[in-house]
Amino acid sequence: MSLVNYAAREITCKIVYYGPGRSGKTSNLHYIYDQVPQDRRGSMVSLATQTDRTLFFDFLPLDLGMISGFTTRFQLYTVPGQVYYATTRKLVLQGADGVVFVADSQRRQLDENIESMQDLHANLAEQGIDARNVPLVIQYNKQDLPRELVVDIGELDDALNFRGVPYHAGDALRGTGVFETLRSISELVLRRLSGATAASVAVGR
Amino acid sequence: MSVLLDGRFRFDNYVVGAANRLAVAAGRAVAESPGSTYNPLFIYSPSGLGKTHLIGAIGFAAKQLQPELIVEYVPLDDFVDRLHIAISSGHAEAFKQVYQRVDLLLLDDVQFLTGRRETQSEMLRVFNALQGSGRQIIMASDRPPSEIADVDERLVTRLAGGLIVDIGLPEYETRVAILRGKCAEREMTFANGVLEELAKMPCGSVRELQGALNRLAAHEALGDRPVTPQNVRAIVGGRPTPEFGRAAPAASTNDEFAGFLSDIAVAVAQHVEGWRVRLGERVSHWQRAGYATSMLDRALALSEEVDVDALDATFASGVARLEQLEAQAVLLDPRLAGLDVFRDPERIAQAEARIEQAIAAHDPPPAPWPAFTLETLIAGKSNQLALRAAEAAIEAPGVRYNPLFVHGGTGVGKTHMVHAVGNALRRKASLSGPVACVSGSQFVDELIAALQTGTVDRWRARYRAAGALIVDDVHALAGKERSQEELFHLFNALHSAGRQVVLASDRPPSEIGELEARLRSRFDGGLVVAIQPPDRTLREALYTRILVDRAAGAEPGVAALLAELPVSGAAEVESVVDRVVQSARSSGGHVTMSLVRRELNAGGAATPTSVPAIVDKSFLDPEKIVLEWPDLDGRVIEELR
Repeated sequence: MSLVNYAAREITCKIVYYGPGRSGKTSNLHYIYDQVPQDRRGSMVSLATQTDRTLFFDFLPLDLGMISGFTTRFQLYTVPGQVYYATTRKLVLQGADGVVFVADSQRRQLDENIESMQDLHANLAEQGIDARNVPLVIQYNKQDLPRELVVDIGELDDALNFRGVPYHAGDALRGTGVFETLRSISELVLRRLSGATAASVAVGR
Repeated sequence: MSVLLDGRFRFDNYVVGAANRLAVAAGRAVAESPGSTYNPLFIYSPSGLGKTHLIGAIGFAAKQLQPELIVEYVPLDDFVDRLHIAISSGHAEAFKQVYQRVDLLLLDDVQFLTGRRETQSEMLRVFNALQGSGRQIIMASDRPPSEIADVDERLVTRLAGGLIVDIGLPEYETRVAILRGKCAEREMTFANGVLEELAKMPCGSVRELQGALNRLAAHEALGDRPVTPQNVRAIVGGRPTPEFGRAAPAASTNDEFAGFLSDIAVAVAQHVEGWRVRLGERVSHWQRAGYATSMLDRALALSEEVDVDALDATFASGVARLEQLEAQAVLLDPRLAGLDVFRDPERIAQAEARIEQAIAAHDPPPAPWPAFTLETLIAGKSNQLALRAAEAAIEAPGVRYNPLFVHGGTGVGKTHMVHAVGNALRRKASLSGPVACVSGSQFVDELIAALQTGTVDRWRARYRAAGALIVDDVHALAGKERSQEELFHLFNALHSAGRQVVLASDRPPSEIGELEARLRSRFDGGLVVAIQPPDRTLREALYTRILVDRAAGAEPGVAALLAELPVSGAAEVESVVDRVVQSARSSGGHVTMSLVRRELNAGGAATPTSVPAIVDKSFLDPEKIVLEWPDLDGRVIEELR
């Protein structure tokens, strides 16, 4: 996936929202979709079942317009969180410029979070990608739930954030932390424009 | 005349949009016929949207149309001041008279009438006087008459009695037009997209917009960093105001997204590398011009910064060379225009080769003589080695014996053989170009002619495009330095491209005098093969063929008899046949064995150069020679020691 095409003056970022099933990945995209002016967003593609759980993936193209002379587009994807959609997750993850890991803060989901994080690392490794080089941000979602139901952020961080990546508390349904997360991952991704990671620089055609 | 009416504020520099169209239309109507249409004309809008400009334009236009008109522009504060002065100096009546003779009164900032009872009553009188005499009043205010607090009811009725129009916030397009107009007026220029970006920005009035433009102008004048669409927001700053947020949807209705966008812009600006951007621009430029840019693309993918200017200069010089080549190619063949090879500076060598091909096609090098083919070449022991080598060269040109150097005495059939090789190669579909077949002396002559006419490049190109090169009598180049040099380079070009080179000479390379060592070593580097003078079998075959052609009805056995005599080559065989045929014709008969014997016995006097010198004439005596040897099979031949 080409991050920046200097000849065509285009920046295209693919950001994948990863995480266990029902952690709120699609909610993140929905919130963003609602906040973006109509002329800046493409139609959000969401393939879901009647019970509203993502079976395939969501795709939200964002046209950020001209930034520093570059036509800038963000493509936001979610993966299906359910364990048995491993193949789809791998496909969606291909060519990702950055990953947002949306964790479910509920205590009973802790194991699923850990399992999903391991799944993310395994899938990246399978694609020959060193997970340490992939921009990653964690969102601890559902922090709005009653305290007795959720694990506090420190504990979640101990369990999931062994790489010490940026993290944000979130309430994706109401939008808390959604744009902070998107901003955070975008900045990490855009930092790769610098020469240090020329591997991500497309030669453009 | 008031400053307002000095012509700075005109209709033609007032940008009309949806938000002010009505006010402008009314203003124009009033300017054209003051006092008759909308009287009074009351214009209101928030501050900074062009009220003052509009009333100034109306006054100026009216004066232009009717120079005798008395036009007076008065901000309300001035009106109040003048009134106070007049009253205090006892000239209140004169004050009234001054205003009563005005044809067009432009009264600005009418909202300041609030609470000024005395001024209001005086103004009412002036209004009555003016309107009564058909003179025009135009007022401007930041609010409609009904919202000006504490104003005499009668005055409000007067103010509202004509036409009340408002001026709204200009939409995006109007803002762009206003900015462009201001720039043109002040002779300022900005990079493309700067004004548009500024127009997109939140801003409460045209005055603010002008202020923002001034900031950009000041920034640009500082010159440390040019204003670009990307840094407009950073220079001007500010957040959306509700009014303009609505007017410009592009600026986003949502602060959260707008904030995100602004942060992304900062991140991109921080991390995008200048040299890559410049190189990207060059790539884009050359791609738009139709050139393949793989050379630049590779540089773009490097992790280390490259010298963009140097790289671009190299690319540009490549492009210039390609342009030359293409122009040259089009002259030769218009169909060559736009070929891929002329669009990639990395393929200049190929483009040059294409030109050479075009030259060769347009003006082909000399071809082998069609009469000399392998089919007509008689094979025998004396030439079988050369023939096999020739066949190998034909089967796989440029692969096995390259060059193939054939040498032998005059008339042994070298020329026939090398031309036959040339003709066989011509029939091969795999050959990349024409077969050039030239004699050494012709090569030298052509070079001299090309030197004379200054067309050496073209001459050279004819041969360089050849699919195979055959040089007969290459010894003719002995002592001709320039020709040898040309042949050396031509040889190298063709040899390295895997094209077959065949050379013929009357002597092996080692015996050609005054031949440069570099050429000699190259000739020796392939296969040097000799053609011997024809053996008896070959001679008989040659005589048989020539007699069939030239002496139909010759007695059988004549060819065999003639073949007993050694000859140097085919030319001599022809000479002997001609002689016996001539003799037969003069005696009125056919070529017979006895005639041949007699003729040959007569010696060389008749044809001194071509008749073979017979060592011992007794060999021609039929009684002394055995023409038909018995079968030797099964006999023991004693080896002589």
